[in-house]
Amino acid sequence: MNAPVLEISDLSVDYGFGPDAVHAVADATLTLRSGEVLGLAGESGSGKSTLAYAVTRLLREPGVITGGSAVFHGDDGPRDLFEMDGEEIRALRWSQISVVFQSAMNSLNPVFTVGNQLTDVLRAHRRGMSRSERRARAAELLDMVGITEDRLRSFPHELSGGMRQRVMIAMALALEPRVLVMDEPTTALDVVTQREILQELGGLRERLGFAVLFITHDLSLLVELADSIAVMYAGRIVEHAPAEALFRTPRHPYTEGLLNSFPALHGERVVMTGIPGSPPDLRGLPAGCSFNPRCAHAVDACKETAPRLLPISWEPAEPRRAACLLQTDGFQAPASLTRTGLRAEEIGSTR
Amino acid sequence: MRILRNRKTLVGLILLAVFVFVGVFGPTLAPYPPLELVGKPWESPSSAHWFGTTQEGYDVWSQFLNGARSILIVSFLSGVIATALSVIIGVAAGYFGGLADNFLSMLANIFLVLPALPFLIVINSYLPAGNKASTALMAAIISVTGWAWGARVLRSQTLSLRKRDFVDASGIIGERAWRIILFEIVPNLVPVIAASFLFTTLYAMGTYVALTFVGAVDVNSPWSWGSMLFWSQSDQAAESGGWVWFAAPGIAVALLGTALALLNFGIDEFINPRLRAAGLTRKGLRQAGLGRRSTLGLTPVVRRTAAAAAAPADPTVIVEETV
Repeated sequence: MNAPVLEISDLSVDYGFGPDAVHAVADATLTLRSGEVLGLAGESGSGKSTLAYAVTRLLREPGVITGGSAVFHGDDGPRDLFEMDGEEIRALRWSQISVVFQSAMNSLNPVFTVGNQLTDVLRAHRRGMSRSERRARAAELLDMVGITEDRLRSFPHELSGGMRQRVMIAMALALEPRVLVMDEPTTALDVVTQREILQELGGLRERLGFAVLFITHDLSLLVELADSIAVMYAGRIVEHAPAEALFRTPRHPYTEGLLNSFPALHGERVVMTGIPGSPPDLRGLPAGCSFNPRCAHAVDACKETAPRLLPISWEPAEPRRAACLLQTDGFQAPASLTRTGLRAEEIGSTR
Repeated sequence: MRILRNRKTLVGLILLAVFVFVGVFGPTLAPYPPLELVGKPWESPSSAHWFGTTQEGYDVWSQFLNGARSILIVSFLSGVIATALSVIIGVAAGYFGGLADNFLSMLANIFLVLPALPFLIVINSYLPAGNKASTALMAAIISVTGWAWGARVLRSQTLSLRKRDFVDASGIIGERAWRIILFEIVPNLVPVIAASFLFTTLYAMGTYVALTFVGAVDVNSPWSWGSMLFWSQSDQAAESGGWVWFAAPGIAVALLGTALALLNFGIDEFINPRLRAAGLTRKGLRQAGLGRRSTLGLTPVVRRTAAAAAAPADPTVIVEETV
């Protein structure tokens, strides 16, 4: 297993202060290892973007980090991002941690050419580079994301949305960061462009060896792309497991519900069940497990005890954790949550 | 009401309420008419004459109580008239563009460069004597010089709004121009209009006081704080120890202006959701020991201690903190 590059532990994020504060993320613990793609999935409002923004200290007012740490193993040893001041974190951003936002393509300045904006960062951070070297590097970056060199002279409005998003990814990679945070980078794009970009991303990661924290609501996308997946619900991580294991043998009822919500391309027609109800209001979470009102397997104890993210009691050696009471000692998890590697046959092998 | 939770608004409203009370009931509560000989000249403040007396032996307290009404009427009336003018002219110029815009902008520019006070003095000197006492006429005249700034601001806001998709969309589905203006554009301008109204009111108050002070209007009727300033200056109150005579109306005008400005800030924060910042107020940050607003790109870290973490709902126990 690779060395960790970003260790998030017990991260809590509030919006606002005092009695009105909304606990958007509670006690989130995640480890991103170098060269790994860690997927973060969840519904709208589950706190996945908030988590990523908080880790990079980019969360806007009224967001406040209320606890935990995010240790980044950078060039100069492990440092807690939450202990840094503005200047230190500025030095770290882009060069070691870079972020691609959902609508990043709108961040391009319309009055400068793409080449100009790509070389700008090199001019600031790579002082020794000559003009022609910067240009060559910019061309190389564009080539990496599948855009031809002659586009360096284009203005942002001359590129399509997908190309602009790719330019932004190229920009994020310009200084070869260790960690790339991507917040729904392909949501605004059609599936074909999305696939192209993700394939390029996969190839780039193998060549350059950066780690990716990939946020999306599209669990099926993550199953293909990510090495491990964390599923969030109502501000908490409910399950964290290797992608394959999470997809084949979910251990949390919410993950199971999500996986049952998209249809197989082959196999018999089945009635999709989905998850009944709707995501809870973060201002008034149900007592106990916040998923209990929607959970098909909920028992009485679920209404009283909030589960913690723990290894599965009956398979403690597996590198996976779930926040479900039924997976702890003294409870019997239902059959659908205790399978070991049979899921593919059941829903038809689609991938 | 949520608007009252904002301290600026609350203070502004209370101040304004006090002045409106004085304006409405002042003349009734005043022990004497403003221009009636009731004491010796230059008496110091006493229980008989709270604010002392003038050179002529008039009661300053009565003059003060009588002085609010005309100022409030002139300021607010002129605020309403000037704001209405600026909305009509500014929005029309911004929305219709072209020749109309050229003409209306030119008009606004002319009124902007007119030196307001001398211009008003000239207008006043042409009024027939009987009309000089009319507060409504006074308000109308002051609005003439007060609308242009608001109109320019509203025009530029309208220009940026009119190209938005939702305005284009209602044009394409066949809405008439007046409906687009009233229902699509003007609601977006409400914060600007509110600010413009309060500051025009402030401007009108200052102008009215100034006009009275220089004696460009009938000084004794209607009686106002400007009249007190005029007489205290011409009777050399500062040299004769009658300082309350000019201090009282001066401070009152300043406080009324403060009330309007506070209300303006409050309304701005109330209407503009970005300024409301969902509870992350300066006060909240101070309680958490941060002392200043968070900067973009550096989310504040406010840790709770172990004891506090046990009761995360209670915000008062935030003890340890790091920026």
